[in-house]
Amino acid sequence: MSDIELMAVVERYLNGEMNADERIRFEMLRRENAEVDNTVKEHQEFTGRLKQYGERLAFENLLNDIHNEIDVQALKDEFVHHPSLIVRLWRNHHSKISVAASITIFAVLGTLFLTGYLKSQKQENDVIYLKHEIAQVKHKNDVISQSINTLNIRPKQMAPSNYHGTGTGFAISSDGYLATNFHVINGADSVYIQNADGTAYHAKIVSTDPANDIAILKITDPSFKSFGALPYGFKRSKSDLGEDVYTYGYSKDDGFYSKGYISSGNGFKGDTVKYQLSMDVDFGNSGGPLLDAKGNVIAIISSKQAHTDGAFAIKSKYLYKAIQAIAPDSLRSDKIVLSSKSKFANLGRTQQLNKLQNYVFMVKVYN
Amino acid sequence: MNNNVNNPAPADNEAILGILNNSEAMLKRIYLAYFPMVLQLVITNNGNEDDAKDIYQEAIIVLYNKVRAGNFELSSKLKTFIYSVCRRLWLKRLTQLSRYGGDIHDLQEYLPVEEDIANHEEKDIQFNKMTGALGLLGEPCKTIIEDFYINDRSMQEICEKFGYTNADNAKTQKYKCLQRLKKLFFQQK
Repeated sequence: MSDIELMAVVERYLNGEMNADERIRFEMLRRENAEVDNTVKEHQEFTGRLKQYGERLAFENLLNDIHNEIDVQALKDEFVHHPSLIVRLWRNHHSKISVAASITIFAVLGTLFLTGYLKSQKQENDVIYLKHEIAQVKHKNDVISQSINTLNIRPKQMAPSNYHGTGTGFAISSDGYLATNFHVINGADSVYIQNADGTAYHAKIVSTDPANDIAILKITDPSFKSFGALPYGFKRSKSDLGEDVYTYGYSKDDGFYSKGYISSGNGFKGDTVKYQLSMDVDFGNSGGPLLDAKGNVIAIISSKQAHTDGAFAIKSKYLYKAIQAIAPDSLRSDKIVLSSKSKFANLGRTQQLNKLQNYVFMVKVYN
Repeated sequence: MNNNVNNPAPADNEAILGILNNSEAMLKRIYLAYFPMVLQLVITNNGNEDDAKDIYQEAIIVLYNKVRAGNFELSSKLKTFIYSVCRRLWLKRLTQLSRYGGDIHDLQEYLPVEEDIANHEEKDIQFNKMTGALGLLGEPCKTIIEDFYINDRSMQEICEKFGYTNADNAKTQKYKCLQRLKKLFFQQK
Protein backbone atom coordinates (compact mmCIF):
# COMPACT_ATOMS: atom_id res chain seq x y z
CA MET A 1 0.00 0.00 0.00
CA SER A 2 1.55 3.31 -1.09
CA ASP A 3 1.55 6.42 1.09
CA ILE A 4 -1.12 7.98 -1.07
CA GLU A 5 -3.36 4.94 -0.78
CA LEU A 6 -2.77 4.78 2.96
CA MET A 7 -3.74 8.44 3.30
CA ALA A 8 -6.92 7.84 1.33
CA VAL A 9 -7.83 4.96 3.63
CA VAL A 10 -6.99 6.99 6.73
CA GLU A 11 -9.19 9.82 5.54
CA ARG A 12 -12.09 7.48 4.81
CA TYR A 13 -11.60 6.02 8.30
CA LEU A 14 -11.50 9.39 10.02
CA ASN A 15 -14.45 10.73 8.07
CA GLY A 16 -16.50 7.67 9.05
CA GLU A 17 -16.94 6.57 5.44
CA MET A 18 -16.01 2.92 6.09
CA ASN A 19 -18.59 0.20 6.54
CA ALA A 20 -18.52 -1.82 9.76
CA ASP A 21 -16.56 -4.69 8.32
CA GLU A 22 -13.87 -2.49 6.78
CA ARG A 23 -13.63 -0.52 9.99
CA ILE A 24 -12.95 -3.56 12.17
CA ARG A 25 -10.24 -4.73 9.78
CA PHE A 26 -8.59 -1.28 9.74
CA GLU A 27 -8.67 -0.98 13.50
CA MET A 28 -6.94 -4.35 13.76
CA LEU A 29 -4.32 -3.06 11.36
CA ARG A 30 -3.82 0.02 13.56
CA ARG A 31 -3.24 -2.15 16.62
CA GLU A 32 -0.77 -4.37 14.82
CA ASN A 33 1.09 -1.72 12.86
CA ALA A 34 2.39 1.19 14.93
CA GLU A 35 3.31 3.11 11.81
CA VAL A 36 -0.24 3.08 10.54
CA ASP A 37 -1.48 4.07 13.96
CA ASN A 38 0.92 7.03 14.02
CA THR A 39 -0.14 8.15 10.58
CA VAL A 40 -3.76 8.16 11.70
CA LYS A 41 -3.00 10.22 14.81
CA GLU A 42 -0.77 12.67 12.98
CA HIS A 43 -3.27 13.19 10.23
CA GLN A 44 -6.09 13.66 12.69
CA GLU A 45 -4.13 16.25 14.63
CA PHE A 46 -2.98 18.17 11.62
CA THR A 47 -6.34 18.34 9.91
CA GLY A 48 -7.73 19.40 13.30
CA ARG A 49 -5.34 22.32 13.27
CA LEU A 50 -6.35 23.22 9.76
CA LYS A 51 -9.98 23.18 10.85
CA GLN A 52 -9.23 25.42 13.83
CA TYR A 53 -7.35 27.77 11.57
CA GLY A 54 -10.34 27.95 9.25
CA GLU A 55 -12.74 28.52 12.11
CA ARG A 56 -10.65 31.28 13.58
CA LEU A 57 -10.35 32.95 10.19
CA ALA A 58 -14.11 32.80 9.69
CA PHE A 59 -14.68 34.09 13.22
CA GLU A 60 -12.35 37.02 12.70
CA ASN A 61 -14.15 37.91 9.48
CA LEU A 62 -17.43 37.79 11.35
CA LEU A 63 -16.03 40.05 14.06
CA ASN A 64 -14.77 42.51 11.48
CA ASP A 65 -18.19 42.58 9.84
CA ILE A 66 -19.80 43.38 13.17
CA HIS A 67 -17.15 45.91 13.94
CA ASN A 68 -17.76 47.75 10.71
CA GLU A 69 -21.31 48.44 11.83
CA ILE A 70 -20.09 50.42 14.84
CA ASP A 71 -19.71 54.15 14.49
CA VAL A 72 -16.34 54.15 16.23
CA GLN A 73 -15.73 57.83 15.64
CA ALA A 74 -18.89 58.83 17.49
CA LEU A 75 -18.00 56.59 20.44
CA LYS A 76 -14.47 57.90 20.43
CA ASP A 77 -15.63 61.51 20.50
CA GLU A 78 -17.68 60.66 23.53
CA PHE A 79 -14.58 59.55 25.41
CA VAL A 80 -11.94 61.75 23.92
CA HIS A 81 -13.43 65.19 23.89
CA HIS A 82 -14.69 65.17 27.44
CA PRO A 83 -11.34 65.64 29.13
CA SER A 84 -9.73 68.94 28.36
CA LEU A 85 -6.30 69.21 26.84
CA ILE A 86 -4.74 69.80 30.23
CA VAL A 87 -6.37 66.75 31.74
CA ARG A 88 -5.18 64.60 28.86
CA LEU A 89 -1.68 66.00 29.11
CA TRP A 90 -1.71 65.27 32.80
CA ARG A 91 -3.00 61.72 32.31
CA ASN A 92 -0.43 60.94 29.67
CA HIS A 93 2.55 62.62 31.24
CA HIS A 94 1.86 62.95 34.94
CA SER A 95 4.77 60.77 36.00
CA LYS A 96 7.17 62.86 33.95
CA ILE A 97 5.63 66.10 35.22
CA SER A 98 5.87 64.91 38.80
CA VAL A 99 9.55 64.10 38.43
CA ALA A 100 10.25 67.46 36.81
CA ALA A 101 8.32 69.28 39.54
CA SER A 102 10.15 67.43 42.31
CA ILE A 103 13.50 68.34 40.80
CA THR A 104 12.47 71.97 40.43
CA ILE A 105 11.22 72.23 44.01
CA PHE A 106 14.34 70.54 45.30
CA ALA A 107 16.60 72.85 43.34
CA VAL A 108 14.74 75.97 44.46
CA LEU A 109 14.66 74.91 48.10
CA GLY A 110 18.30 73.94 47.94
CA THR A 111 19.29 77.31 46.54
CA LEU A 112 17.14 79.20 49.02
CA PHE A 113 18.51 77.23 51.90
CA LEU A 114 22.12 77.76 50.92
CA THR A 115 21.83 81.48 50.23
CA GLY A 116 19.45 82.16 53.12
CA TYR A 117 21.61 80.25 55.52
CA LEU A 118 24.74 82.13 54.55
CA LYS A 119 23.02 85.48 54.75
CA SER A 120 21.56 84.91 58.18
CA GLN A 121 25.10 84.34 59.45
CA LYS A 122 26.56 87.51 58.01
CA GLN A 123 23.84 90.01 57.26
CA GLU A 124 21.27 89.62 59.96
CA ASN A 125 19.76 93.06 59.63
CA ASP A 126 19.08 92.62 55.95
CA VAL A 127 17.16 89.46 56.59
CA ILE A 128 14.97 91.09 59.20
CA TYR A 129 14.29 93.93 56.86
CA LEU A 130 13.28 91.54 54.10
CA LYS A 131 10.97 89.71 56.43
CA HIS A 132 9.33 92.96 57.23
CA GLU A 133 8.48 93.54 53.58
CA ILE A 134 7.08 90.06 53.19
CA ALA A 135 4.92 90.72 56.20
CA GLN A 136 3.49 93.79 54.56
CA VAL A 137 2.47 91.77 51.53
CA LYS A 138 0.86 89.20 53.77
CA HIS A 139 -0.91 91.93 55.59
CA LYS A 140 -2.70 93.02 52.43
CA ASN A 141 -3.93 89.50 51.79
CA ASP A 142 -5.17 88.77 55.25
CA VAL A 143 -6.97 91.92 56.29
CA ILE A 144 -10.17 90.12 57.19
CA SER A 145 -8.81 87.64 59.69
CA GLN A 146 -5.92 89.51 61.21
CA SER A 147 -5.56 92.90 62.72
CA ILE A 148 -2.85 95.34 61.79
CA ASN A 149 -0.93 94.70 64.95
CA THR A 150 -0.69 90.96 64.90
CA LEU A 151 0.17 91.04 61.23
CA ASN A 152 2.84 93.63 61.51
CA ILE A 153 4.56 91.96 64.38
CA ARG A 154 4.04 88.24 64.26
CA PRO A 155 5.47 87.16 60.91
CA LYS A 156 8.60 89.17 61.53
CA GLN A 157 9.23 87.61 64.88
CA MET A 158 9.00 83.97 65.49
CA ALA A 159 5.72 83.36 67.26
CA PRO A 160 6.57 81.18 70.23
CA SER A 161 3.38 79.18 69.85
CA ASN A 162 4.15 77.43 66.61
CA TYR A 163 5.97 74.69 68.35
CA HIS A 164 3.71 71.70 69.02
CA GLY A 165 0.69 73.96 69.22
CA THR A 166 1.27 74.81 72.85
CA GLY A 167 1.59 78.07 74.70
CA THR A 168 1.26 79.38 78.22
CA GLY A 169 -1.69 80.83 80.05
CA PHE A 170 -2.24 82.11 83.60
CA ALA A 171 -5.12 82.49 85.96
CA ILE A 172 -6.69 85.95 86.21
CA SER A 173 -9.48 85.14 88.63
CA SER A 174 -10.11 82.43 91.21
CA ASP A 175 -13.14 81.01 89.37
CA GLY A 176 -11.31 79.67 86.32
CA TYR A 177 -10.62 82.52 83.95
CA LEU A 178 -7.23 82.58 82.25
CA ALA A 179 -5.41 84.91 79.93
CA THR A 180 -3.19 83.92 77.05
CA ASN A 181 -2.21 85.18 73.57
CA PHE A 182 -4.73 85.23 70.76
CA HIS A 183 -2.16 83.70 68.43
CA VAL A 184 -1.78 80.71 70.76
CA ILE A 185 -5.42 79.67 70.44
CA ASN A 186 -6.13 81.08 66.98
CA GLY A 187 -7.86 78.46 64.84
CA ALA A 188 -8.23 76.01 67.73
CA ASP A 189 -11.00 73.43 67.74
CA SER A 190 -10.40 72.55 71.31
CA VAL A 191 -8.22 73.91 74.11
CA TYR A 192 -6.89 72.13 77.18
CA ILE A 193 -4.83 73.62 79.94
CA GLN A 194 -2.39 71.59 81.99
CA ASN A 195 -0.66 72.54 85.22
CA ALA A 196 2.77 71.64 86.54
CA ASP A 197 1.71 68.28 87.95
CA GLY A 198 0.03 67.19 84.72
CA THR A 199 -3.64 67.70 85.56
CA ALA A 200 -5.49 68.88 82.45
CA TYR A 201 -8.76 70.76 82.19
CA HIS A 202 -10.84 71.48 79.15
CA ALA A 203 -11.25 75.19 78.53
CA LYS A 204 -13.35 77.30 76.21
CA ILE A 205 -12.45 80.56 74.56
CA VAL A 206 -14.54 83.29 76.18
CA SER A 207 -13.28 86.26 74.27
CA THR A 208 -10.52 87.29 71.93
CA ASP A 209 -8.86 90.56 71.13
CA PRO A 210 -6.88 89.90 67.96
CA ALA A 211 -5.76 93.50 67.68
CA ASN A 212 -3.84 93.28 70.96
CA ASP A 213 -3.18 89.53 70.70
CA ILE A 214 -5.07 88.67 73.88
CA ALA A 215 -7.49 85.82 74.52
CA ILE A 216 -9.53 85.01 77.63
CA LEU A 217 -10.22 81.35 78.41
CA LYS A 218 -12.52 79.79 80.97
CA ILE A 219 -12.14 76.30 82.42
CA THR A 220 -15.32 74.35 81.64
CA ASP A 221 -14.24 71.03 83.12
CA PRO A 222 -16.76 69.82 85.75
CA SER A 223 -13.87 68.52 87.89
CA PHE A 224 -12.53 72.04 88.33
CA LYS A 225 -13.52 73.81 91.55
CA SER A 226 -11.54 76.96 92.17
CA PHE A 227 -8.00 78.32 92.02
CA GLY A 228 -8.38 79.90 95.43
CA ALA A 229 -7.16 83.41 95.93
CA LEU A 230 -4.51 84.41 93.39
CA PRO A 231 -1.14 85.12 94.98
CA TYR A 232 -0.18 87.82 92.48
CA GLY A 233 -1.76 91.14 91.73
CA PHE A 234 -2.23 93.08 88.52
CA LYS A 235 -0.62 96.45 87.94
CA ARG A 236 -2.45 98.66 85.53
CA SER A 237 -0.05 101.57 85.31
CA LYS A 238 2.97 101.59 83.10
CA SER A 239 6.17 100.11 84.41
CA ASP A 240 9.48 101.89 84.16
CA LEU A 241 12.47 101.31 82.00
CA GLY A 242 15.06 99.07 83.53
CA GLU A 243 12.63 97.48 85.96
CA ASP A 244 13.54 93.92 86.91
CA VAL A 245 10.95 91.49 85.58
CA TYR A 246 10.60 87.75 85.30
CA THR A 247 8.31 85.20 83.71
CA TYR A 248 7.36 81.60 84.16
CA GLY A 249 6.02 79.57 81.27
CA TYR A 250 6.08 76.35 79.29
CA SER A 251 8.68 76.78 76.62
CA LYS A 252 9.35 73.07 77.14
CA ASP A 253 7.39 70.30 78.83
CA ASP A 254 8.35 71.55 82.27
CA GLY A 255 7.93 75.04 83.61
CA PHE A 256 10.64 77.50 82.66
CA TYR A 257 11.76 80.54 84.61
CA SER A 258 13.49 83.48 83.00
CA LYS A 259 14.33 86.97 84.17
CA GLY A 260 15.42 90.21 82.60
CA TYR A 261 14.52 93.88 82.48
CA ILE A 262 12.34 96.26 80.53
CA SER A 263 14.58 97.63 77.82
CA SER A 264 12.05 99.84 76.06
CA GLY A 265 8.64 101.25 76.81
CA ASN A 266 7.53 100.45 73.31
CA GLY A 267 7.66 97.30 71.23
CA PHE A 268 8.85 96.56 67.75
CA LYS A 269 8.96 99.66 65.52
CA GLY A 270 7.27 101.85 68.10
CA ASP A 271 4.42 99.46 68.90
CA THR A 272 2.89 101.15 71.98
CA VAL A 273 0.92 98.07 73.00
CA LYS A 274 4.09 96.30 74.11
CA TYR A 275 7.20 96.56 76.16
CA GLN A 276 10.49 95.46 74.80
CA LEU A 277 12.37 93.22 77.17
CA SER A 278 15.86 92.01 77.45
CA MET A 279 15.07 88.48 78.42
CA ASP A 280 15.54 84.96 77.19
CA VAL A 281 12.20 83.50 76.13
CA ASP A 282 11.51 80.68 73.74
CA PHE A 283 8.74 79.03 71.77
CA GLY A 284 5.94 78.19 74.14
CA ASN A 285 6.42 81.17 76.44
CA SER A 286 3.69 83.01 74.56
CA GLY A 287 0.82 83.94 76.83
CA GLY A 288 2.84 83.72 80.04
CA PRO A 289 2.65 86.38 82.72
CA LEU A 290 5.39 89.00 83.10
CA LEU A 291 5.80 89.93 86.73
CA ASP A 292 7.75 92.63 88.43
CA ALA A 293 9.83 92.12 91.56
CA LYS A 294 6.84 92.72 93.86
CA GLY A 295 4.75 90.05 92.18
CA ASN A 296 2.50 92.19 90.04
CA VAL A 297 1.55 91.05 86.58
CA ILE A 298 2.60 93.91 84.35
CA ALA A 299 2.37 92.29 80.90
CA ILE A 300 1.81 89.16 78.86
CA ILE A 301 4.74 87.64 76.98
CA SER A 302 3.85 87.60 73.29
CA SER A 303 6.78 87.26 70.98
CA LYS A 304 10.51 87.39 70.57
CA GLN A 305 12.76 89.19 68.22
CA ALA A 306 14.51 87.15 65.59
CA HIS A 307 18.22 86.54 66.15
CA THR A 308 18.49 88.46 69.44
CA ASP A 309 17.60 88.00 73.07
CA GLY A 310 14.89 90.63 72.81
CA ALA A 311 11.32 89.75 73.68
CA PHE A 312 8.01 91.60 73.60
CA ALA A 313 5.21 91.63 76.13
CA ILE A 314 1.71 93.11 75.93
CA LYS A 315 1.11 95.75 78.61
CA SER A 316 -1.39 94.81 81.31
CA LYS A 317 -3.49 97.87 80.40
CA TYR A 318 -4.65 95.95 77.34
CA LEU A 319 -5.56 92.96 79.46
CA TYR A 320 -7.87 95.23 81.47
CA LYS A 321 -9.32 96.50 78.21
CA ALA A 322 -9.87 92.99 76.90
CA ILE A 323 -11.73 92.02 80.06
CA GLN A 324 -13.90 95.12 79.95
CA ALA A 325 -14.74 94.46 76.33
CA ILE A 326 -16.20 91.03 77.05
CA ALA A 327 -19.87 91.11 76.26
CA PRO A 328 -21.80 91.06 79.55
CA ASP A 329 -23.86 87.99 78.68
CA SER A 330 -20.82 85.78 78.05
CA LEU A 331 -19.73 86.34 81.63
CA ARG A 332 -22.87 85.04 83.32
CA SER A 333 -23.43 86.79 86.62
CA ASP A 334 -19.88 87.11 87.84
CA LYS A 335 -17.50 89.71 86.54
CA ILE A 336 -13.77 89.33 86.40
CA VAL A 337 -12.17 91.72 88.81
CA LEU A 338 -8.41 91.81 88.60
CA SER A 339 -6.95 91.98 92.08
CA SER A 340 -4.38 94.69 92.52
CA LYS A 341 -3.00 93.20 95.71
CA SER A 342 -0.02 90.93 95.47
CA LYS A 343 0.79 88.53 98.29
CA PHE A 344 4.28 88.21 96.82
CA ALA A 345 5.59 91.55 97.98
CA ASN A 346 7.64 90.23 100.88
CA LEU A 347 8.62 86.88 99.48
CA GLY A 348 11.90 85.85 97.89
CA ARG A 349 12.01 84.88 94.21
CA THR A 350 12.06 81.11 94.84
CA GLN A 351 9.05 81.31 97.13
CA GLN A 352 7.24 83.47 94.61
CA LEU A 353 7.90 80.89 91.93
CA ASN A 354 6.70 78.05 94.17
CA LYS A 355 3.32 79.74 94.46
CA LEU A 356 3.22 81.04 90.92
CA GLN A 357 3.66 77.55 89.46
CA ASN A 358 0.14 76.57 90.48
CA TYR A 359 -1.44 79.40 88.51
CA VAL A 360 0.48 79.18 85.26
CA PHE A 361 -0.62 76.55 82.75
CA MET A 362 0.47 75.01 79.54
CA VAL A 363 -2.20 75.75 76.91
CA LYS A 364 -2.60 72.83 74.52
CA VAL A 365 -4.32 73.61 71.27
CA TYR A 366 -5.97 70.98 69.07
CA ASN A 367 -6.94 71.75 65.53
CA MET B 1 -19.55 51.39 31.12
CA ASN B 2 -22.60 50.58 29.10
CA ASN B 3 -23.00 53.97 27.56
CA ASN B 4 -24.73 52.94 24.42
CA VAL B 5 -28.42 52.77 25.14
CA ASN B 6 -29.16 51.02 21.85
CA ASN B 7 -27.02 48.03 22.76
CA PRO B 8 -28.05 46.71 26.15
CA ALA B 9 -25.81 43.88 27.28
CA PRO B 10 -27.43 40.44 27.11
CA ALA B 11 -27.82 38.60 30.40
CA ASP B 12 -24.70 36.57 31.13
CA ASN B 13 -26.36 33.15 31.10
CA GLU B 14 -28.15 34.03 27.88
CA ALA B 15 -24.85 35.11 26.35
CA ILE B 16 -23.09 31.89 27.35
CA LEU B 17 -25.88 29.81 25.88
CA GLY B 18 -25.64 31.81 22.66
CA ILE B 19 -21.90 31.26 22.45
CA LEU B 20 -22.31 27.52 22.97
CA ASN B 21 -25.01 27.40 20.26
CA ASN B 22 -22.81 29.36 17.89
CA SER B 23 -25.42 32.08 17.60
CA GLU B 24 -24.27 34.86 15.34
CA ALA B 25 -26.96 37.18 16.63
CA MET B 26 -25.72 36.71 20.19
CA LEU B 27 -22.12 37.32 19.11
CA LYS B 28 -23.24 40.58 17.64
CA ARG B 29 -25.11 41.60 20.77
CA ILE B 30 -22.15 40.79 22.98
CA TYR B 31 -19.75 42.55 20.65
CA LEU B 32 -21.78 45.73 20.46
CA ALA B 33 -22.49 45.81 24.18
CA TYR B 34 -18.94 45.72 25.46
CA PHE B 35 -16.94 47.46 22.77
CA PRO B 36 -17.46 51.00 24.16
CA MET B 37 -15.96 49.95 27.50
CA VAL B 38 -12.83 48.58 25.84
CA LEU B 39 -12.54 51.55 23.53
CA GLN B 40 -12.60 53.82 26.53
CA LEU B 41 -10.03 51.75 28.38
CA VAL B 42 -7.59 51.82 25.45
CA ILE B 43 -8.14 55.45 24.54
CA THR B 44 -7.66 56.67 28.10
CA ASN B 45 -4.44 54.66 28.25
CA ASN B 46 -2.41 55.89 25.28
CA GLY B 47 -4.15 53.88 22.55
CA ASN B 48 -6.31 54.55 19.53
CA GLU B 49 -9.46 52.96 18.11
CA ASP B 50 -7.53 50.45 16.00
CA ASP B 51 -5.66 49.20 19.06
CA ALA B 52 -9.00 48.89 20.81
CA LYS B 53 -10.44 46.84 17.94
CA ASP B 54 -7.44 44.49 17.91
CA ILE B 55 -7.37 43.72 21.58
CA TYR B 56 -11.16 43.57 21.85
CA GLN B 57 -11.41 40.99 19.09
CA GLU B 58 -8.64 39.01 20.70
CA ALA B 59 -10.53 39.12 23.98
CA ILE B 60 -13.71 37.89 22.28
CA ILE B 61 -11.75 34.97 20.84
CA VAL B 62 -10.37 34.23 24.32
CA LEU B 63 -13.90 34.32 25.70
CA TYR B 64 -15.25 31.98 23.03
CA ASN B 65 -12.46 29.48 23.53
CA LYS B 66 -12.98 29.57 27.27
CA VAL B 67 -16.73 29.13 27.11
CA ARG B 68 -16.51 26.35 24.54
CA ALA B 69 -13.90 24.55 26.61
CA GLY B 70 -16.46 24.65 29.43
CA ASN B 71 -14.17 26.73 31.65
CA PHE B 72 -16.25 29.83 32.06
CA GLU B 73 -17.76 30.07 35.48
CA LEU B 74 -20.77 32.24 35.78
CA SER B 75 -19.52 33.45 39.14
CA SER B 76 -17.43 36.01 37.31
CA LYS B 77 -19.35 38.52 35.28
CA LEU B 78 -18.91 38.47 31.54
CA LYS B 79 -18.22 42.17 31.51
CA THR B 80 -15.54 41.89 34.18
CA PHE B 81 -13.93 38.99 32.33
CA ILE B 82 -13.79 40.88 29.02
CA TYR B 83 -12.45 43.96 30.77
CA SER B 84 -9.77 41.95 32.58
CA VAL B 85 -8.59 40.19 29.42
CA CYS B 86 -8.46 43.46 27.48
CA ARG B 87 -6.64 45.18 30.30
CA ARG B 88 -4.02 42.44 30.45
CA LEU B 89 -3.61 42.33 26.67
CA TRP B 90 -3.34 46.10 26.47
CA LEU B 91 -0.74 46.27 29.24
CA LYS B 92 1.26 43.70 27.33
CA ARG B 93 0.96 45.65 24.10
CA LEU B 94 1.97 48.88 25.83
CA THR B 95 5.04 47.21 27.28
CA GLN B 96 6.00 45.87 23.86
CA LEU B 97 5.64 49.34 22.38
CA SER B 98 7.56 50.85 25.33
CA ARG B 99 4.67 53.21 25.82
CA TYR B 100 3.85 51.92 29.26
CA GLY B 101 4.37 54.68 31.82
CA GLY B 102 4.09 52.48 34.90
CA ASP B 103 0.42 52.73 35.71
CA ILE B 104 -2.89 52.24 34.01
CA HIS B 105 -5.99 54.33 34.40
CA ASP B 106 -8.58 51.72 35.37
CA LEU B 107 -12.29 52.03 34.74
CA GLN B 108 -13.39 49.17 36.95
CA GLU B 109 -12.21 46.19 38.96
CA TYR B 110 -10.59 43.24 37.23
CA LEU B 111 -9.72 39.57 37.65
CA PRO B 112 -6.43 37.73 37.22
CA VAL B 113 -6.63 36.16 33.75
CA GLU B 114 -3.03 35.06 33.23
CA GLU B 115 -3.99 31.45 32.53
CA ASP B 116 -6.53 32.34 29.87
CA ILE B 117 -4.07 34.66 28.19
CA ALA B 118 -1.39 31.95 28.22
CA ASN B 119 -3.80 29.44 26.60
CA HIS B 120 -4.72 32.01 24.04
CA GLU B 121 -1.12 32.77 23.19
CA GLU B 122 -0.42 29.08 22.62
CA LYS B 123 -3.33 28.93 20.17
CA ASP B 124 -2.23 32.18 18.59
CA ILE B 125 1.21 30.76 17.83
CA GLN B 126 -0.38 27.75 16.10
CA PHE B 127 -2.66 30.02 14.13
CA ASN B 128 0.17 32.23 12.97
CA LYS B 129 2.28 29.23 12.00
CA MET B 130 -0.59 27.89 9.90
CA THR B 131 -1.11 31.28 8.27
CA GLY B 132 2.59 31.42 7.43
CA ALA B 133 2.70 27.87 6.08
CA LEU B 134 -0.37 28.38 3.88
CA GLY B 135 1.09 31.65 2.62
CA LEU B 136 4.24 29.87 1.52
CA LEU B 137 2.35 26.94 -0.02
CA GLY B 138 1.31 28.74 -3.20
CA GLU B 139 -1.49 27.97 -5.64
CA PRO B 140 -3.24 25.76 -6.49
CA CYS B 141 -2.20 23.83 -3.35
CA LYS B 142 -3.52 26.47 -0.97
CA THR B 143 -6.99 26.50 -2.48
CA ILE B 144 -7.16 22.69 -2.73
CA ILE B 145 -6.22 22.30 0.93
CA GLU B 146 -8.59 25.04 2.07
CA ASP B 147 -11.45 23.71 -0.01
CA PHE B 148 -11.06 20.14 1.14
CA TYR B 149 -9.98 20.40 4.78
CA ILE B 150 -11.52 23.67 5.84
CA ASN B 151 -14.53 24.28 3.65
CA ASP B 152 -15.47 20.57 3.43
CA ARG B 153 -15.78 20.48 -0.35
CA SER B 154 -15.88 17.04 -1.96
CA MET B 155 -13.08 15.77 -4.24
CA GLN B 156 -15.63 15.76 -7.03
CA GLU B 157 -16.11 19.53 -6.74
CA ILE B 158 -12.38 20.14 -6.52
CA CYS B 159 -11.79 18.07 -9.64
CA GLU B 160 -14.25 20.16 -11.57
CA LYS B 161 -12.95 23.44 -10.24
CA PHE B 162 -9.37 22.73 -11.21
CA GLY B 163 -10.12 20.76 -14.33
CA TYR B 164 -8.48 17.51 -13.27
CA THR B 165 -9.41 14.83 -15.74
CA ASN B 166 -9.55 12.01 -13.25
CA ALA B 167 -10.03 11.78 -9.52
CA ASP B 168 -6.75 9.97 -8.98
CA ASN B 169 -4.74 12.91 -10.29
CA ALA B 170 -6.60 15.19 -7.90
CA LYS B 171 -5.99 12.86 -4.97
CA THR B 172 -2.28 12.68 -5.75
CA GLN B 173 -2.11 16.43 -6.04
CA LYS B 174 -3.95 16.89 -2.74
CA TYR B 175 -1.65 14.39 -0.99
CA LYS B 176 1.45 16.19 -2.23
CA CYS B 177 0.06 19.52 -1.20
CA LEU B 178 -0.72 18.26 2.30
CA GLN B 179 2.77 16.79 2.70
CA ARG B 180 4.29 20.13 1.65
CA LEU B 181 2.08 22.06 4.02
CA LYS B 182 3.07 19.81 6.92
CA LYS B 183 6.71 20.32 6.12
CA LEU B 184 6.27 24.11 5.91
CA PHE B 185 4.24 24.15 9.10
CA PHE B 186 6.79 22.33 11.19
CA GLN B 187 9.63 24.37 9.74
CA GLN B 188 8.02 27.58 10.98
CA LYS B 189 9.35 28.94 14.17
